[in-house]
Amino acid sequence: MAILEVKNLSISFGGLRAVDDFNITIEKGRLYGLIGPNGAGKTTVFNLLTGVYKPSEGIITLDGQNITGKKTIDINRAGIARTFQNIRLFKELTVLDNVKVGLHNHKQYGTLTGILRLPKFHKTEKAMNQEALELLKVFGLENEADTLASNLPYGKQRKLEIARALATKPKLLLLDEPAAGMNPNETQELMDTIRFVRKHFDMTILLIEHDMKLVSGICEELTVLNFGHVLCQGKTTDVLNNPEVIKAYLGE
Amino acid sequence: MKKTVRSNLITIGIVVIAYIIVQILISTGNISSLMKGLLVPMCVYAIAAVSLNLTVGILGELSLGHAGFMCVGAFSSAFFSKCMKMFVPGMPAGVRFLIAILIGAALAGLFGLLIGIPVLRLKGDYLAIVTLAFGEIIKNIVNILYLGIDENGVHFSMKNSLDLNMENSDNIIINGAQGITGTPNDSNFTVGIILLVVTLLIVLNLIHSRDGRAIMAIRDNTIAAESVGIPVTKYKLMAFSISAALAGVAGVLYAHNLSTLTALPKNFGYNQSIMILVFVVLGGMGNIRGSVIAAVVLTLLPELLRGVVSDSRMLIYAIVLIVIMLFNWAPACLEWREKVAASVKTKLGKKNVSKEVQ
Repeated sequence: MAILEVKNLSISFGGLRAVDDFNITIEKGRLYGLIGPNGAGKTTVFNLLTGVYKPSEGIITLDGQNITGKKTIDINRAGIARTFQNIRLFKELTVLDNVKVGLHNHKQYGTLTGILRLPKFHKTEKAMNQEALELLKVFGLENEADTLASNLPYGKQRKLEIARALATKPKLLLLDEPAAGMNPNETQELMDTIRFVRKHFDMTILLIEHDMKLVSGICEELTVLNFGHVLCQGKTTDVLNNPEVIKAYLGE
Repeated sequence: MKKTVRSNLITIGIVVIAYIIVQILISTGNISSLMKGLLVPMCVYAIAAVSLNLTVGILGELSLGHAGFMCVGAFSSAFFSKCMKMFVPGMPAGVRFLIAILIGAALAGLFGLLIGIPVLRLKGDYLAIVTLAFGEIIKNIVNILYLGIDENGVHFSMKNSLDLNMENSDNIIINGAQGITGTPNDSNFTVGIILLVVTLLIVLNLIHSRDGRAIMAIRDNTIAAESVGIPVTKYKLMAFSISAALAGVAGVLYAHNLSTLTALPKNFGYNQSIMILVFVVLGGMGNIRGSVIAAVVLTLLPELLRGVVSDSRMLIYAIVLIVIMLFNWAPACLEWREKVAASVKTKLGKKNVSKEVQ
C-alpha cells in the first residue's frame, strides 16, 4: 500500500515554476531517494509536502488521507516528520529536551498540572525521559543527554535531528541532505543508522542527497528532478544508468 | 532533572534567607526607615522582572510595554479594593487582598492576551515598538478614566469628573489623572515576599515543564518547532499572557502599598518598562535568579548612593550599570573570569595535593 501519493504537484513563485507536475508514489517501508542538481526544486518539494508552502496545484495523500494545503503542525500530526538541510535544532535546550519536544503531542499533561507539579506531571515526565533516552540510545547519544544541543559535534547534531523527528512517531520520514558536510566514515555510519531506523521503526523514508555513494548504497527507488520537472523515476540502478540523468548531472 | 530542581531550590532559598535577614534587621532596629520603605518596591520590581524574563528570555520576544500590564493590574485591583472598602466594610482585609490579586492578575492577563493576538505576529524591533505603544496607550487611557458608583448605579466618563453627574463627589472612585485615592494599605514586605516566591514557583515550574520546553523550542527555532507539531501561536500567546498576568500581580502589590495611585510616566510609562528590561538584561536573559538579584540591587543602589555621594549618584548608578554589563558579557572579561576561576581551582588543587603528601 502506498504511504505517500503525490499527483500533479506544482508551485510557482511569481513567474518561476519551481516545481511542475511532480508525481511520486512511495510504498510502505521503502527507502526512496530524491536527487537532482542544485536548484532543481528538491527542498521545495519537501516544503510542499510539509506544508511550509501551499501548492498551486496538485494533491498530496498520506496513508489515504488528503493533506494538501494543511498547516505544518497538522501535517506533522498526520504523520510526516522531517530534518533540515541546514540543521535546525533547539540550540539552548539539552539533547534530551530536544527529543522531548518531539514527544510533545504524544505524552501530554495540562499547563496547570505542570505548574502545580501534580502526580501526573512526574509520571508523564518519567515516561517521556524513558522514551527519549531509548531513542537517543538508537543514535548512540545517550551519554550526551544533558549536553546543550549547540555543543554537539556536527555529525551528532544531524543524528539528533533525526531522533527528534522520529519522536513525533511519523509514518513518513523526510531527510534533507543527511550526509551534507560529513566525511566518508561518518557517511558510512549514517547509512547504517538509516538502514537500522527503517528496520527498527518499520519506517518509510524519503531522502534528498547529493552523495551518490549513499544514494546508490541505500535507496531502492529514485526520482530525479531537474529544473522543477521529473526527469526520471524508477529502480536505483536503472535510474543511475539512464543517459538523461548522467547528462543532467555531468553535462554532455 | 535533579540539577534544575536544585537550582530552583537555591533561587527560592536565596529569597527566603534574604527575607529572614531583613526581618532580623527590622526586629533589632538596624534598618533605616528609608530602607524599610524600599522593601515592598523591591518585591514589586523583582516580580515584574521575573515576569518580563518569561517574555524576553524564555519566549525570546522583546516587549517594551510591561509597565502597561502593571498599570492594568494596579488600577483594576485598587478599584476593587476601594469599592469593597466603601460598600462592604466588613470584608476581612486578607480575603479582600487575595481577591484583588486574582482580579489584577486576571485582567492584566486578559489584556496580555488581547494585545498579544495582533502584536505577536510581529518580530524583533517591530514587536518592541508596538508593545511600547500599547503600554503608553494603557497608561494614557487610565489617565482620562473617570468612574464612580452611587445608589443610581455606575457612572462612567472619559471627559472629566463633572461629566459623571454624581451628586456626591466622594463616590468617585477613579478620578482621571488624580487616580485612585484611599486604596487600603494591604501590601507589606511579607506579602511581597510570598507573592515573589509564588511568582518564582509559577515561572520556574512552567519553564521546566512540557509547555516551557515548547516555548523555548519556539524561541530557539520556530520553523523546527512547527515541524515537530508545536502550535506556535498558542504557546506564544500563553507565555505572553502569563507574563502579563504576573506583571499585573506586581501592579497589585504596588497599588496597595500607596494611598494614592496615579498613572504617571514615572511609574507606568515606558521609562519604567525599560527599567524592568534593564533588570532582565543585567540579570541575564532567561536567568530567573539573575532577574531577582538585579532588580533588588538596582532598586537599592540609588538610595544607598544617596547617603554617600548625593550629587553624582545617578552618574555612579550609570557607571555601575556599564561595569556590570561589561563584567557579564564582554568577551575579554569572560576570558579573564575563566582564567581567574581556573587559577583559583589549580591553587586549591595544589593545596589539596600538598596536604595529601604531608
